[in-house]
Amino acid sequence: MTQTREDVPLIFERSQPGRRGVTPPVTEGAPLETLLGREHLRSEPPRLPEVSELDLVRHYTNLAHRQFSIDGNVYPLGSCTMKYNPKVHEEAASLFSDVHPEQDDGSVQGTLGLLWHLARDLSEITGMDQVTLQPAAGAHGELTGILMIRAFHEANGEGAQRRTVIVPDAAHGTNPATAGMVGYDVVEVPTGEDGEVDVGALRAALGPDTAAVMLTNPSTVGIFEGRILEIAEAAHAVGAQVYYDGANLNAIVGKARPGDMGFDVVHLNLHKTFTTPHGGGGPGTGPVGVKAHLAPFLPGPVIEREGERYVVQEDRPNSVGRMRSHHGNVGNLVRAYAYIRSLGPDGLADVAEKAVLNANYLRKRLEEQGFSMAYDRTCMHEFVAQPPGELRTLDLAKALLDEGMHPMTVYFPLVVKEAMMVEPTETEALETLDAYAEALGRVTRRAQQDAEWLAGAPYMTPVRRLDEVLAARTPILRWTPSEAVDAVQGEAAD
Amino acid sequence: MRYTPHTEQDVAKALDVIGVDDVNALFADVPSELLDPVIDIPEGRDEVRLLQDLKALARQDDTTSPHFLGGGVRRHFIPTVTRHLAMQSEFVTSYTPYQPEVSQGMLQATFEYQTVMAELTGLPISNASMYDGATSVAEAALLAVRATKRNRIVVSRGVHPQSREVLATYVAPLDVRVDVLDLEDHVTPVPGDLSDVAAVIVQSPNHLGAIETLPPFGRAAREAGALFVTVSDPLALAVLTSPGEAGADIAVGDGQTLGVPQQFGGPHFGFMVVTEPLLRQLPGRLAGQTVDADGRRGFVLTLQAREQHIRRGKAKSNICSNHQLAAVMATINVAALGPQGLREMAEGTVRNAHALAERLEREGFDVLRGSAPIFAEFSLAVPRDPKTIRRELHAKGVRAGLPIPSEYGLGDAILLTATELTETHEVDALVSALKEVTS
Amino acid sequence: MNIPESLRYARTHEWISELEADVYTVGISDFAQDQLGDVVFVELPTVGDTVSAGDAVAVVESVKTASDIYAPVSGTIEAVNDDLESAPEVINEEPYAGGWLFRIKPEDASQRDDLLDAEGYRAVCEEES
Repeated sequence: MTQTREDVPLIFERSQPGRRGVTPPVTEGAPLETLLGREHLRSEPPRLPEVSELDLVRHYTNLAHRQFSIDGNVYPLGSCTMKYNPKVHEEAASLFSDVHPEQDDGSVQGTLGLLWHLARDLSEITGMDQVTLQPAAGAHGELTGILMIRAFHEANGEGAQRRTVIVPDAAHGTNPATAGMVGYDVVEVPTGEDGEVDVGALRAALGPDTAAVMLTNPSTVGIFEGRILEIAEAAHAVGAQVYYDGANLNAIVGKARPGDMGFDVVHLNLHKTFTTPHGGGGPGTGPVGVKAHLAPFLPGPVIEREGERYVVQEDRPNSVGRMRSHHGNVGNLVRAYAYIRSLGPDGLADVAEKAVLNANYLRKRLEEQGFSMAYDRTCMHEFVAQPPGELRTLDLAKALLDEGMHPMTVYFPLVVKEAMMVEPTETEALETLDAYAEALGRVTRRAQQDAEWLAGAPYMTPVRRLDEVLAARTPILRWTPSEAVDAVQGEAAD
Repeated sequence: MRYTPHTEQDVAKALDVIGVDDVNALFADVPSELLDPVIDIPEGRDEVRLLQDLKALARQDDTTSPHFLGGGVRRHFIPTVTRHLAMQSEFVTSYTPYQPEVSQGMLQATFEYQTVMAELTGLPISNASMYDGATSVAEAALLAVRATKRNRIVVSRGVHPQSREVLATYVAPLDVRVDVLDLEDHVTPVPGDLSDVAAVIVQSPNHLGAIETLPPFGRAAREAGALFVTVSDPLALAVLTSPGEAGADIAVGDGQTLGVPQQFGGPHFGFMVVTEPLLRQLPGRLAGQTVDADGRRGFVLTLQAREQHIRRGKAKSNICSNHQLAAVMATINVAALGPQGLREMAEGTVRNAHALAERLEREGFDVLRGSAPIFAEFSLAVPRDPKTIRRELHAKGVRAGLPIPSEYGLGDAILLTATELTETHEVDALVSALKEVTS
Repeated sequence: MNIPESLRYARTHEWISELEADVYTVGISDFAQDQLGDVVFVELPTVGDTVSAGDAVAVVESVKTASDIYAPVSGTIEAVNDDLESAPEVINEEPYAGGWLFRIKPEDASQRDDLLDAEGYRAVCEEES
């Protein structure tokens, strides 16, 4: 990232009436008024940017320079798995970008075959029996999974009886939000002193009304739920299903499988564990794996192999129904396939081992810098630290930006005060982790000396600390020409 | 391949700092019977072998034949510069902009995106994207149920069948009824009593390609206290009546036609744009303008208290990851082409679609058009099962023949699509292939 | 920390006034507004709604949090503080005056007696801070 402090105008503010960028092929013919009728045409054209191609290139190049990225520096957001996204995956995805989703099966055997093999690979990696590739994101996978669990209970005549979903208090917000979308009541169970879910409280919450238990393992505080087999057994004993939130699979990929732990449904975040790029917030991709008893409820369509041919199977009478258009985020599915086929089983286990090694190494390095750990034990791929003394996590995060490094996830999970959730991932070198710990130590020591400096940080970033209260109280959510005029006049008046 | 940087010395150093002898000691919390299962997938391979394998697969896909498929995903011109700029590694490899001071690039691009969508739809408030068109339809219905506290949805059969399927999936667990309005003469009749209806949902151009007359739906919904939801093709909005002009409360749709590759159906992006009163009900992320400590303009994610990471069980939706990069790609594409370029593409699409329909009529085929005008697509009667026709057309080297479902009551029929890229030789190939498979 | 003696308090940090013309006024405490930070939006109940003690009837949002506000007693919503829609910051500035949220006509005015007095509430705040 270039540390430029110059303002970048909006693309709309660069617009000059009549200026053109790229011209598309032009088809001569009758005017639209004749072909469509005036009543179907908009009364005024949309006010869209009119810029040259070079204007455009400069604009979005400059915006890119004002954007922190994993390609730029370490980005250890806990629970987000910001690992390196290999460039060869981009090449791989571009090979499959011009296929239309409604082509006859016979003309898309390459894509269909790739998807079929990917689903099989993911089944194998998670220890599940079948996988759907449809869901567009982790949360969308959760919705798919919980809908399938609901359909399963309905099919067993227990739909009316099973009304609750149990989640730990440290769970990702998507877990209760998903349960809410499916009409379930959410029961939260506490996290114990050791960072694992309170199994006693979980057992007490289980009952004939429980539809599902949703767990992340390792949990959102980076601790493996060591009693997972017991938890799954207890849930199954009351007829509940056990759901695996795959956000933290990077800790155990290739080393242990949710399917072997007793989970009935698993969603994966391909944009985390399987390194499809985050793209500034998406697209993600959230395949869902199930055990055989839930397979009839998988969303349609599914891709099946018939002899040497791959076919799209749409006839699924017990399915929860379609979750989205077409087959999934195929561009990302291709990237994930490339990753799995590059690494193989040993390479995947190496991912988990190095992710856990790096997290524990950085945990020690941060302890040396005076940070305390919310749970003082070996962590998996991430850990939750707390700042020394009375310092606030938010301030330290802002100060760290001036060191050219991205802060960890802050204030999550909610159960830890001033939480700093750190996930370095396996692709960072130890020197980078050393530098990160030293930078955090440096800003912490200065913060302890100079509260005023801390409150004003950051100083070097393209913009300084932003007024989020103003943004929320007086929302400005789009550019408008009149406002631009007002702003100019305001400046003139100054 | 490995992307882990650790040398043997690194591993030894790290273990020493941590204070354990072996990496496996770090997995001590995992019950031993779970550790190190056999995972039956192929061994890893180097980049050369990997690309060879992928190219071998890609060669089995037809990506070059004459192309007449649509139904929500179309082949349009995408300038080289669009992909180049959208795929800059800073955009591609960044996370959700939780630290706005170092994320102004993505946040400003998102603010520009929201403005583009507001301009195209004629409605004021766009979120920062949904997954796709189908899920945006479902989320619009849920929004309407929340906002009106009514539980009946009326949806036109002209809404893409897949969108209606997703809508059915999303409302299945809820106490919400969905009624479908049959088309008459290829367009949706304005329904009568909407007094208990949360939303009436109409797509234009609809699944048969016909352009709906939208304003009467807006008026009927307003009078009955229902919300009017339009499902739009954003490229068409460069020239067609905007949802805002038609009195829509919520405009949704799939953004693929704004410069996102077909990619076998994804990732594209969905959009959702609403009126002011619905702001607080809007699911998904929003970028907002504010000022920094020096009073300079900057952008942040805002109104996050609606979202799952804060509201948890009471969030407006569980959506977290959106389709940010595809939305930014569309923004860049719109700016690359400008209003004039988009208009020319829309014009080319309309002209080529009309020319294709006329050519087929001249050749003696049974083009099924109602009295409403078409935008990019229309249906064509075929003498046999449309899936068979599609297979046979593909076998003759023409990508055409999207089957029209029987629910439309058109008999055996296929949907044909043209865009500004449709060429005369493609049309000739289609005509000749159609003659062979239908004779 | 400002905890007026004349008010009663819920453990969930709502205050409730003394009865005035058969109606109680409800808001959030100084402690609560301080914990929330800058309030950016308030979602108020609908006048005429009948609510039970403990029902979530309003939401107070800051930038990073949204807090449900629970009815401290059962009754009918008589009025809401519409001014907060354009000026939510008043909750931070005057939590016990201009920042009131709604007025409720109680079913049983004695329900207020079940709530904490200032001393009891101070103990709750000290526990949580």
